[in-house]
Amino acid sequence: MECCNKRRMMKESPESNFMNRRGSSCFPDEVLERVIGMLKSRKDRSSVSLVCKEWYNAERWSRRNVFIGNCYSVSPEILTRRFPNIRSVTLKGKPRFSDFNLVPANWGADIHFWLVVFAEKYPFLEELRLKRMTVTDESLKFLARSFPNFKAISLQNCDGFSTDGLAAIAADCKNLTELDIQENVIDDKNDNWLTCFPESFTSLEVLNFSILHNDVNFDALEKLVTRCKSLKTLKLNKSITLEQLQRLLFRAPQLCELGTGSFSQELTTQQYTELEGAFSNCKNLNTLSGLWVVTPQYLPVLYPACANLTFLNFSYAPLDSDDIAKLLVHCANIRRLWVVDTIEDKGLEAVGTHCPLLEELRVFPADPFAEGDARGVTDSGFIAVSQGCRNLHYVLYFCRHMTNAAVATVVQNCPDFTHFRLCIMNPGQPDYRTSEPMDEAFGAVVKTCSKLQRLAISGLLTDLTFEYIGKYAKNLETLSVAFAGSSDWGMQCVLEGCPKLRKLEIRDCPFGNAALLSGLEKYESMRSLWMSDCKVTMNGCRLLAKEMPRLNVEVIKEDGSDDSQAERVYVYRSVAGPRRDAPPFVLTL
Amino acid sequence: MSTPLEHDYIGLTEKKKIPSSSSSSSSEDGKTFKETELRLGLPGSESPERKPLSGVSLSLFGNLNNNNNVMNHHVHVAGAKRGFSDAIDAKWAFSDAHGSDSDLGKPSALFSPRGAGNVVGKPPLDPKTISTQQGNSINTPASASQAIKESKPLQEKNPQLPATNEHASAPASKAQVVGWPPIRSFRKNTMASNLTKNNDEAEGKPGFGCLYVKVSMDGAPYLRKVDLKTYSNYKELSSALEKMFSCFTIGQCNSPGLPGKDGLSESSLRDLLHGSEYVLTYEDKDGDWMLVGDVPWEMFTDSCRRLRIMKGSEAIGLAPRAVEKSKSQN
Repeated sequence: MECCNKRRMMKESPESNFMNRRGSSCFPDEVLERVIGMLKSRKDRSSVSLVCKEWYNAERWSRRNVFIGNCYSVSPEILTRRFPNIRSVTLKGKPRFSDFNLVPANWGADIHFWLVVFAEKYPFLEELRLKRMTVTDESLKFLARSFPNFKAISLQNCDGFSTDGLAAIAADCKNLTELDIQENVIDDKNDNWLTCFPESFTSLEVLNFSILHNDVNFDALEKLVTRCKSLKTLKLNKSITLEQLQRLLFRAPQLCELGTGSFSQELTTQQYTELEGAFSNCKNLNTLSGLWVVTPQYLPVLYPACANLTFLNFSYAPLDSDDIAKLLVHCANIRRLWVVDTIEDKGLEAVGTHCPLLEELRVFPADPFAEGDARGVTDSGFIAVSQGCRNLHYVLYFCRHMTNAAVATVVQNCPDFTHFRLCIMNPGQPDYRTSEPMDEAFGAVVKTCSKLQRLAISGLLTDLTFEYIGKYAKNLETLSVAFAGSSDWGMQCVLEGCPKLRKLEIRDCPFGNAALLSGLEKYESMRSLWMSDCKVTMNGCRLLAKEMPRLNVEVIKEDGSDDSQAERVYVYRSVAGPRRDAPPFVLTL
Repeated sequence: MSTPLEHDYIGLTEKKKIPSSSSSSSSEDGKTFKETELRLGLPGSESPERKPLSGVSLSLFGNLNNNNNVMNHHVHVAGAKRGFSDAIDAKWAFSDAHGSDSDLGKPSALFSPRGAGNVVGKPPLDPKTISTQQGNSINTPASASQAIKESKPLQEKNPQLPATNEHASAPASKAQVVGWPPIRSFRKNTMASNLTKNNDEAEGKPGFGCLYVKVSMDGAPYLRKVDLKTYSNYKELSSALEKMFSCFTIGQCNSPGLPGKDGLSESSLRDLLHGSEYVLTYEDKDGDWMLVGDVPWEMFTDSCRRLRIMKGSEAIGLAPRAVEKSKSQN
């Protein structure tokens, strides 16, 4: 490759090279690079780069993918200097709590200046995966122009762009294989962006536009699907009707992942049969999602395709327990299931009965602010799933109340949890049978699940929960806390006790400066800390900033608030120094 | 330090002793709950740790067994400490001793239970909206044995949730909290519209000759369904509802859990319904809660999604909207 050649010309002769080596490796750089180039895991590469200078160099020259969990932890200049040959970049921007409106608009994480640097240093860039970044149409157009080999773009939870940007990508990225737009805040201008794919364009493998709310040009879509024979993933938006779906499936029976459109057109018998036939024709389907707006009586058309499904994402389809039960009978191979809590405990019992291979379950609330007849799922549904699905290792469970005993039972049944996210939607809700705090529930989780990497806690919780976490959760990497704890001690327990902690996000807890400062030495080993609406003051933050110059300590200031309080604090390690693009409401201390 | 309250099905709370802890720092006595409490206080309320403007806090203990009680809708009414609340009391003639300092200028927020509109995308920096406060006053060390009367709360759009503080406060105010539960806006909005659409499918299908809508009544343990097509005017609907829900209102007078239909006269129920105790409201296609009776019957049946018999104390905001709006904009 060009870059490697360039470097080789500047090298010394092979002999002196060989003699310069101190025994740490007796391979020529090219071989070393080739070997290290085979390492895929980031952690391995990181370790390898620390061995010695040669290995460090071999690693940096051979690296093709880079993952940056916090876009402000490093600058594009530093990145490109260290890694000259990158083909794929993954960047995450805003703190996760920005998903829940805790971060003001225009906070930052704009991709543009990254793209400008990449255009110069990584002209052969192929993939860009962004999460929680601000991406403008301008940037997308720039991207489409600047990288002739560009293949894949994935935007998750991003904001700032419109279908104009998509049109630019469609028109100019001749080698595009992936266009994946997930859950973004996008201005859907309904302007036929799909027609911008040229007639000669056939390379698409992944197309996900499920979040757009306007109609798309179906004709253009059908033609696109027809000519892209390698299309594996197709996720439609709700404007696509069942009849249109059938036509698309007819064109693309090779699909592996399908996100349907709306599932609720009035179908004639003929159409119903055709649709059913289309589904049975899709022998490779392993993922099914979508079902925006479901008419349950059409669900049986899916049955022929269910046997091979491993991932069923019904998280926008408010089915009831009967519907889901009838469907799950056919889904014995499911590994991942996302549902809405309208299926209730009875639906979860069906999950436990029919899906013994289940590894991941996410239950979302249909109506989180429901009044009156609020139902959803409870502790008994949770237990039912754990009894039937012993391989469960990932759970996200929204419920209105829970008991300690139930959680203890669940983890006893499924001790291999790596991700345990329980959201009791009522803040500060105690065990509804015993009225006690939910400390013992999470105590059971951390004691039993030694592999636990991610934990989200909720309900009425005292410092005891944090003592348990600090004592037992030795593999914990991510912790999300809200409305919990009694004192600084709680947070201290976690900071002192969890050696692998990388991300700590806290809101509305009584943790103050003492807690914040107890993590002084810890934060450099973590990606970030978020504390909002706690008891931290500006002085505490200033002290932290002073003691730890390699951390960025940022406070998001709100109008009209107390100047001494630091309502929103975001602390993260960075080699790039303080942000140069911080808006006025972000104070870097 | 408040233990969660038990509620019978009607929603009246038993009196429970609520030990309050006095103020300041954290966990001296290891009392478990107090630090997790956030209170909702009026601007200008006594909270030394806060500037007046940001004096909105939220108390979060759930009402455990209250059937009607789901978070975000049940803010317990203001404590006795504030003169402002007394004024409200006098003005609106609440049946209980406490007033509600709710932001009556946003009535649409009251009756829009949908997740979509509730926690909106703008930065949660608006400190001026609802503040209600617990029955326990903020700084009293005295144990508050006041019963927390269950009255339906009023929602607000963007409550400010400031730093928690160590003040004692009474349990379970469930006004809406920014960004909680942690669900992304896209999901909230989509689910809200999906639910509407599904309702459309289920109930709006023409030609079946029936139009079933759910009817809920504040304080009742379960809902009913009525077929709007079987009535031809508001009067018929009203009497049918009275008959249906009479057992619950009688239950309020009797011991809990035993609705007694015997000896109930339609008139006594009607009195209950037409006296300012209860108001009939409905949710329309747009998700807004409206007072029943304003529009022609056909228009009503076309747009009605569900019905709710609200306690009069809560429905105050429905009629004199303009008045509250101007009031709340201080």
